Amino acid sequence: MLSNIGIGLVTLVLVLSFLTIYTATLDLKTSSQTIKKSIYKLSLFQTTFTILSFLTLIIGFLNSDFSLVNVYENSHSEKPFFYKIAGTWGNHEGSLLLWINILVIFSYLFLVFNHTHDKKFRLYTLIFQNTLILGFLFFLLSNSNPFSPIYPIPLEGLGLNPILQDPALAIHPPLLYVGFVGCSIYFSAAMASLLSNYGGKLFAQSIKTWVKISWCFQTLGIIVGSIWAYYELGWGGFWFWDPVENASLLPWFAITALMHSLIVLEKRNTLYHWVVILCLSTFILSVIGTFLVRSGILNSVHTFASDPSRGVYILIFLSLMIFSALTIFFTKHKKEKYNFNLKSKETFILANNWFMAFFLVTVLIGILYPIFLDVLTNMKISVGPPFFNIVIIPLVVPFMFLMAIGPKFSWIKSQNKISYKSIFPIFGAIGINLFIFYFFGEYSLLSNLIFITAIFLILHSFLDIKKNISKKNIYQLPRIISHLGFGLLVFFIGINHQFSLEEDFNLKVGEIKKTDNYEINFQDIKIKERKNYKAIVGNFELTNLKKNLVEYLEPEIRIYSNPETLTYEAAIKTKITSDLYLTMSNVSRSDYYNIKFQNKPFMVWIWISALMITFGGFMQLSLKKNED
Amino acid sequence: MLTKKVKNRILFLVSIFLISISAVLFILKSLNKNILYFSSPTEIKQKEDIPFGKAMRVGGMVKKGSISISQNDIKFVVTDFENEILISYSGTVPNLFAEEKGVVAEGRLRDKNFFVAERILAKHDENYMPPEIKEIIEKNAK
Repeated sequence: MLSNIGIGLVTLVLVLSFLTIYTATLDLKTSSQTIKKSIYKLSLFQTTFTILSFLTLIIGFLNSDFSLVNVYENSHSEKPFFYKIAGTWGNHEGSLLLWINILVIFSYLFLVFNHTHDKKFRLYTLIFQNTLILGFLFFLLSNSNPFSPIYPIPLEGLGLNPILQDPALAIHPPLLYVGFVGCSIYFSAAMASLLSNYGGKLFAQSIKTWVKISWCFQTLGIIVGSIWAYYELGWGGFWFWDPVENASLLPWFAITALMHSLIVLEKRNTLYHWVVILCLSTFILSVIGTFLVRSGILNSVHTFASDPSRGVYILIFLSLMIFSALTIFFTKHKKEKYNFNLKSKETFILANNWFMAFFLVTVLIGILYPIFLDVLTNMKISVGPPFFNIVIIPLVVPFMFLMAIGPKFSWIKSQNKISYKSIFPIFGAIGINLFIFYFFGEYSLLSNLIFITAIFLILHSFLDIKKNISKKNIYQLPRIISHLGFGLLVFFIGINHQFSLEEDFNLKVGEIKKTDNYEINFQDIKIKERKNYKAIVGNFELTNLKKNLVEYLEPEIRIYSNPETLTYEAAIKTKITSDLYLTMSNVSRSDYYNIKFQNKPFMVWIWISALMITFGGFMQLSLKKNED
Repeated sequence: MLTKKVKNRILFLVSIFLISISAVLFILKSLNKNILYFSSPTEIKQKEDIPFGKAMRVGGMVKKGSISISQNDIKFVVTDFENEILISYSGTVPNLFAEEKGVVAEGRLRDKNFFVAERILAKHDENYMPPEIKEIIEKNAK
């Protein structure tokens, strides 16, 4: 029953997409200045039916309707309510439907909210966006249909992978989808702008809000994913340069570059083609990331049961996208004059873009090199985290320095005076760095430089905030908050990296382990029955020998029954100055338990400063007028 | 002769070119130093020039009944159904680590029969098999 409704709705959306493209093409030829009413209606119907189809799937999951293969494979009647809903997008087919939902919703909103812009430009955008929608709809219907029926109807479902049953991971996909799929709208808009000759300032204004929305959600989505990895995967880290994390960084670098150069296009009416390239590549990189993690080429939690035909479809679609983007770009490309003064805001924004491009290339090489080598020579390699650390971290130093002083420059040409004054906090930064170095421990020259520039950026931002508040100017604040967040993030990651403590050992119940600063007493274990799993809870008494402070930690081993899986739940004590982190695992029921103990300074501040970067973005979205 | 404007432009282009070339070279050089090669136990046995001090990855199936645990480490045997290698590891193992399951260990080779792991890679899905291991098994377990 649900299967028929679902497939019916999706087919209806498909028909509406064709109709939209058809009427939009006809409307292009008319001389009227406004878009026909019928196109708005078609688009509205399309949005309504897409949302309805997604709701149908959610109802299927809520009612545990196992007549749908997708529900049978990914849900279970005893799963908590919240995870039944989250299960909808916790699998390949359902997440593809969510993907299409976002494409359609953004398409409609873009049409409605940009009513002041050129008619041709808006119609072309609609046509391109609907072509994308069609592409993904065919994909959905041909080999990833979430509404495929199953007969005879099974009595019970197989259940959702337990490590996905987590609040952070339930909201992580929708956030990232708004971020990554939201890029599609300015991919379409960039193509449309080339075709309709609607470039420059006005184009920048039309896509500005959409770029900011997708940037905010991307950033937030990546942070939530990172927080999840920290407490769920039990390695005690927050970033591993894992291929999947890297794949999410690629579009992020492009979109961050875009956010900045878009300001130049809006204010100075230059860099148009560069902005178009960034618009196109942001969405292309998002699809590349999806292809890499979904096809099973990169192995990760995102690889749902891998099926080669899916990879092939996305690959063909991707090549078509890149090919048409390149064709349109080069046939419509016009010469543009660049006239930049070295001491101007636009030069510094361009510098940001160079850094972003460099980071992007580095990460891209890190991801693609092993794949190419495997295809060409059949040699299996992987690129370790040191590669990214060595290449990227040194460049963060000049990057942060420019990030602090860049915004101080004015458009076109600045006076010399400003830069001297803003260098002043560097002495403060050197002082604070010396203090940390002297009292808490020594570290390398590079770390010194990182700390100095990070503190410089932080102090500089604080001075900026003070100045802007006294002038009652709030339009600069979002930018300062995001930059300050980045400075703090680098600073706390640096501290965390330098002063973390990690111990691995095996203990039997009742044994005590002594390290330099801590005494860890494995008191006992208890077995607890919970809603959909059984938990083995360890009781650990932790004594800080220096401060004579006692803490209790209770890590768990969870045994899920549907599907039968073990997960290790870390015990984390979060304090303002540090996190105590302890995981316990057991291999083949031996008496020894595998213990990993970590003390991670300022962990919570890493999350706070990362969230601050996003907060700046959301704040800017809520302010109507922009910084100048 | 060239005007000042043209000269400036040439200078600009040349420096951009040089900077990007050196950036790419720098990236490739660090890449070469930090890649981890993946080998199966058989490849380790057969290869003459296998580096002992260098970080690498070994993968295969955890042999049945081979896991032993002491206070300091876990020892287990990884097999590709032709050859075996003993792996020692101190640290927490991922939750899907078990006998007769695929595993990838990252670390250094002591000798051709003994590998000290620094990391055991987590697999997120009980039905998922790393492509490297799948290939080995398809080749050997016929």
